[in-house]
Amino acid sequence: MALMRITSPHAHNKQSTSDVMKLVLLATLPGVLALTVAFGWGTLINILLASIFGLALEALALAARKRPIAFYLKDYSALVTAVLLGIALPPYSAWWILLTGMFFSIIVAKQLYGGLGYNPFNPAMVGYVVLLISFPIQMTVWAAPIELLPASVSVPNLWDSLLIALGFMQFPSVDGFTMATPLDLLRQNNALMIDDLKQQYSQFGQWGGTGWEWVSLGFLVGGLYLLYRKIFTWHAPISMLLALALMSALFYDGGSSASSGSPPFQLLTGAAIFGAFFIVTDPVSSAVSNKGRIIYGAGIGILIFLIRKWGNYPDAVAFAVLLMNFAAPLIDHYTQPTTYGHSKKSKS
Amino acid sequence: MANYSDITINGLWKNNPALVQLLGLCPLLGVTNSVVNSIGLGLATIFVLVASNTCVSIIKNVTPDAIRLPTFVMIIAAAVTCTELLMQAYTYELYEILGIFLPLITTNCVILGRADGFACKNSVAASAYDGLMMGLGFAAVLYLLGAARELIGTGSLFANMDLLFGSMAQNWEITVFNNYPQFLLAILPPGAFILTGLIIAAKNSIDAGIKRKQEAKLADQEKISKRVRVTGTIS
Repeated sequence: MALMRITSPHAHNKQSTSDVMKLVLLATLPGVLALTVAFGWGTLINILLASIFGLALEALALAARKRPIAFYLKDYSALVTAVLLGIALPPYSAWWILLTGMFFSIIVAKQLYGGLGYNPFNPAMVGYVVLLISFPIQMTVWAAPIELLPASVSVPNLWDSLLIALGFMQFPSVDGFTMATPLDLLRQNNALMIDDLKQQYSQFGQWGGTGWEWVSLGFLVGGLYLLYRKIFTWHAPISMLLALALMSALFYDGGSSASSGSPPFQLLTGAAIFGAFFIVTDPVSSAVSNKGRIIYGAGIGILIFLIRKWGNYPDAVAFAVLLMNFAAPLIDHYTQPTTYGHSKKSKS
Repeated sequence: MANYSDITINGLWKNNPALVQLLGLCPLLGVTNSVVNSIGLGLATIFVLVASNTCVSIIKNVTPDAIRLPTFVMIIAAAVTCTELLMQAYTYELYEILGIFLPLITTNCVILGRADGFACKNSVAASAYDGLMMGLGFAAVLYLLGAARELIGTGSLFANMDLLFGSMAQNWEITVFNNYPQFLLAILPPGAFILTGLIIAAKNSIDAGIKRKQEAKLADQEKISKRVRVTGTIS
């Protein structure tokens, strides 16, 4: 009688880390495209510079740690971090902002903790938060949506955008070229109706902000593609979005700007969708079990709303994710699934 | 009796209060955002350490064991109060900047630790010397951290040194990087945590390097003195 001597699982997914990372890179495309259409070449330049810095820093760190460089560079994880940070930063960020961000993402948040798989925090978000805390002025200047630019201001072309990022050129005109984002406006105005705000400021679009709706939609498409390819489970992103929607529905009074906008507005502005599908789903720094992921995602959603509404910063995805990264081991501890054949009581 | 070179090495390196014992982290992280602050607090700590160690050592034979800790804390608090009054008199602005961290020197574990761990068992001279060395070791780390944080945070060094050294220090400020955007993280507490961690890591790696070298030396000596095996069969 022939007995199988290998243990289960007998069939397994052959996806390697690099395949997964490549798919994630592919899935950011629609969102990046929307960002480029809405805000100009800035985001692409961000991604380009961040990728160069990211790969160089990763190679340096690997060399210092005496690890095989080519092997680890080929898992594309540094590239994914670079792309995510490039998307999160304001378009046309200066090169030194990107370099500092990538240094903290790759060197401090990832390699100092032992490389991919050992980082307790999401590297891209660590880089982002370091920048946000350190350079508040540069980090809160967001380019205006192209369709709202006055006719006198021309959008820099690809080459000029690169020169701006490298510091060889100034913005065409800073005042006309940058604008407060809808979330900024909502923070600054407490005593108006949202309809008044919408009339006063063209940054507000139909649902979210002008341009932002398409960006969110782009990331939604990419995220759903990743979900379809089973790169991550639905638990964390869906519970995060649901929690955010629920919180905003609870506190929305139907129209005043003090109540922070309707649920669709909260979902479609800022980084909510991008965060839900590309940041919250990070397999390394999130909770492990499905039940844990639901709690983890819900925590992030609630924190995003709390910080957006009562915190000091207009958007909050990065802070919320880092705070829940702290909590992930605790969540794992309390949501450890029981193995088949063991009852819950026997565990303790 | 206490060996003075041992005390020196212990205080400055091997048993450094900030890097090895990790004591007194509160002021270490709280005020080291510029060179002038860290030198000010470093000097105050050295003074308190020397004074309290000396006093504790003098009365060590008449202190009942049961109430030695309260006694030590009273002595330390008295020394801290003297320091505070002195700084209030001579460097008033710095006194204002250091604020709560000056009285908090009383609760700095380094000082009580040295009083209980060293001064109440050793001679007055050795205790005073130990206080000086421990204080110097602590102040050196404060200074290093303050300089690193000021340099990374603001791009310049030795700003406002006149608060401590009078008007002759008015133009000691060195601008290292021009047009430097403030890197707030280094000035904020998280920067202190990260930099302290890096300094500790650097110290540990230097120690590991020294140890490796010594082991290699020992191995070499063993190799040379190894005798040729003469028993058994030679094929």
